[in-house]
Amino acid sequence: MLVNPRLSMLSRSISLLSRSSQLRARLFSSSAPAASETVNYTLPEGSFQTYECDPPSHDIKVNKEETINMYKQMVLMRRLETTADGLYKSKHIRGFCHLCTGQEAVAVGMEAAITPDDHVITAYRCHGFTLVRGQTPHAILAELMGELAFSLTSLCKGGSMHMFSKNFYGGNGIVGAQVPVGAGIAFAQQYLNTKQATYILYGDGAANQGQVFEAYNISKLWNLPAIYVCENNHYGMGTSASRSSADTNYFARGQYIPGLRVNGMDILAVRQACSWAKDWVLSDKGPLVLEMVTYRYGGHSMSDPGTSYRTREEIQHMRSTNDPITGLKQRLLDLDFLTESETKQIDKDARATIDEAVKLAHNDPFPDETELYTYIFVEGSEPPFVRGREKEEVGHVVHKQ
Amino acid sequence: MNFGRSLLSLRKSFFSPRLLKATNYCNPRNNNKSLLVHVSPIQYFHVSICNHQEEISTPPPPEGFMPGVANSKLIKHTHEEAIKNPELVKAGMSLGETKKMNLFQSVNDAMSIALTTDDKAIIFGEDVAFGGVFRCTLGLVEMFGQDRVFNTPLTEQGIVGFGIGVASVGHTAIAEIQFADYIFPAFDQLVNEAAKYRYRSGGEFNAGGLTVRAPCSAVGHGAHYHSQSPEAFFAHSPGLKVVIPRSPIQAKGLLLASIRDCNPVIFFEPKILYRAAVERVPIGDYELPIGKAEILKPGKDVTVVGYGSQIYILENAIQMAEKKIPGLSCELIDLRTILPWDEDLVAKSVNKTGRLVIAHEAPKTSGFGAEIAATIMEKCFLRLESPIQRVCGWDTPFPLVFEPFYTPDMIRCYDAILKVVKY
Repeated sequence: MLVNPRLSMLSRSISLLSRSSQLRARLFSSSAPAASETVNYTLPEGSFQTYECDPPSHDIKVNKEETINMYKQMVLMRRLETTADGLYKSKHIRGFCHLCTGQEAVAVGMEAAITPDDHVITAYRCHGFTLVRGQTPHAILAELMGELAFSLTSLCKGGSMHMFSKNFYGGNGIVGAQVPVGAGIAFAQQYLNTKQATYILYGDGAANQGQVFEAYNISKLWNLPAIYVCENNHYGMGTSASRSSADTNYFARGQYIPGLRVNGMDILAVRQACSWAKDWVLSDKGPLVLEMVTYRYGGHSMSDPGTSYRTREEIQHMRSTNDPITGLKQRLLDLDFLTESETKQIDKDARATIDEAVKLAHNDPFPDETELYTYIFVEGSEPPFVRGREKEEVGHVVHKQ
Repeated sequence: MNFGRSLLSLRKSFFSPRLLKATNYCNPRNNNKSLLVHVSPIQYFHVSICNHQEEISTPPPPEGFMPGVANSKLIKHTHEEAIKNPELVKAGMSLGETKKMNLFQSVNDAMSIALTTDDKAIIFGEDVAFGGVFRCTLGLVEMFGQDRVFNTPLTEQGIVGFGIGVASVGHTAIAEIQFADYIFPAFDQLVNEAAKYRYRSGGEFNAGGLTVRAPCSAVGHGAHYHSQSPEAFFAHSPGLKVVIPRSPIQAKGLLLASIRDCNPVIFFEPKILYRAAVERVPIGDYELPIGKAEILKPGKDVTVVGYGSQIYILENAIQMAEKKIPGLSCELIDLRTILPWDEDLVAKSVNKTGRLVIAHEAPKTSGFGAEIAATIMEKCFLRLESPIQRVCGWDTPFPLVFEPFYTPDMIRCYDAILKVVKY
């Protein structure tokens, strides 16, 4: 049987994750914190695994307000994805749709560690990143539903896999294609001396694309401030990591690039790793490879039930022992940052926000048909004709913007 | 007609495939010219929808719609129709059995026969071991084992390069690229390595045993990277062959011929037909000729050329044109092979009709229609009665919400036929 060794390998690789929920935080502050209080906190042992570098400190500071915000964002993100799932099933969303349910800690934790001036590029599982990078749930849902929101993601030309925001270079539909693009973004930061980091995300499936290694090479060669972030959710579509990769230590696959494996289900570990990585690349130490060990609860996309290549028990196990939202919630309760009833209110608020966004998206106008021809070339440099659909159907139609 | 209300409901349910179906199925009676001229396409689009919304009740398949396929006269629904095909008679299939198959099942059947008859044949690609995203390789790993049917990592350039290596030592490599849109990382391997291997080694080595399968074309909701038709890129590479089938019978015969062809072949499968096209397919081992087009419907006034899923749209357009203009007779040709394409058959047809309409989903500029038009202009110049018409995708990236406007639908093909007739 192939299933058993695979499962055991999976549980080994995520054993550090389960420990996080079992271990109670070691607190150095005994009294209940005030509104803006910051407490010292020690991340569980095993949060990090290193390759050719020293690990980040396990002792971190946790600010009440900031942590509650991170919690709220994760709850909102999950609600957004759950709603997208429902809208897809009711045929309000068509096309390809990849949900990040289960992986929220990566996007939210990373955003908490960086500033809006830092740069992020990812693959097609991009709703969560689009949200934390500044787009509203309304804009995201409108893009998914083919309605035109005023805060635009891709003008409904791309849909789920192709969303953008400021300093967020997109959802990219082709597996691995964003990785060398990210190296270019990092090069520009180095050239312009902006002191900004570039986070380049890809999955465990994409980690085997040749262009990933081309990007590793040039970024080390030119000492770029590039942080390669492999979101290892254990399955490239329907193929488990161990079946597709000769070496599943994704954090060590940069060979000459130091790496760090992070418990991607622990948002505080993610935040600490991303902040450490930023310091690293900005002190001219060159690129880094981070591996965020995470898990997606749903299938690869909407057409994949996600249960033919893994067991329901495995998914259930991950949900009940490693959920990033439950994990943070427990800590917030332990730290007396939140009460049970406050967390219920956060859930309710998230639901209301998303319901409102759905309503808005439903009422948005359908994109004007002339949008078909916009943004093919830079404004003012378009060719005199864009062959497009007009009433006479004559083929060569002058398109004027 | 209340356009305000119509547009509102259009907006609300644009993505409903019901509407897409209705668009393509619009009643010819509603398709009078005045409607086309006086309302914008989006309004026109909706007018036809409103008139038909009530007629349509069955939910769509998840793979999207291929209007007109189920009732197409080109689909061989019965055993008798299927085995009448002279090419199948020639291949000795007229006495054998047939079985109901859709396009992915017939592709599966072809690969199963290829692996049975050739011990050196292997199948590999992303997720093929568990059946592939479109189920084309379903059950093959159970039949032939993991040594012959296996998954690769997500590494398109690696897949094709690997396939060339396997083929260069005389084996038969059947590679799958999950979507034709993903083939571009492998573009160098296909164009520079596979296509030129024989030529540059003076015949010492070749990649003739390589066949690359990839699902192509629109599917109703694929957006930028699950919808493209990249055949013209490869039609520019001497040394490759490019094949696109239109139906299960065709797919099986052409795929077997492609696998056994001693040149590297790229086999594009219109993904929307995987489930939509169902035929009685001979269960035996047969091949259909590569490089030969097929006349699907003889006619004397207009030659209409297409391939893949576009054929069914052309069939409907022709039906509509012939109804509108009594006495008009159009000849429908399925090119089947894009490279090398059947120039003689098309030229012969245009020399008879004097008019040519070409349709494909890929963008118009430098699409394969341009090559056909240029060649026919050279070969049939004095015989042409009107400018050759190309009905194609527009010169924009493949858009998500505008797909119904982008693809060369029945109305546009119909208009082109009208135009060459009335020139």
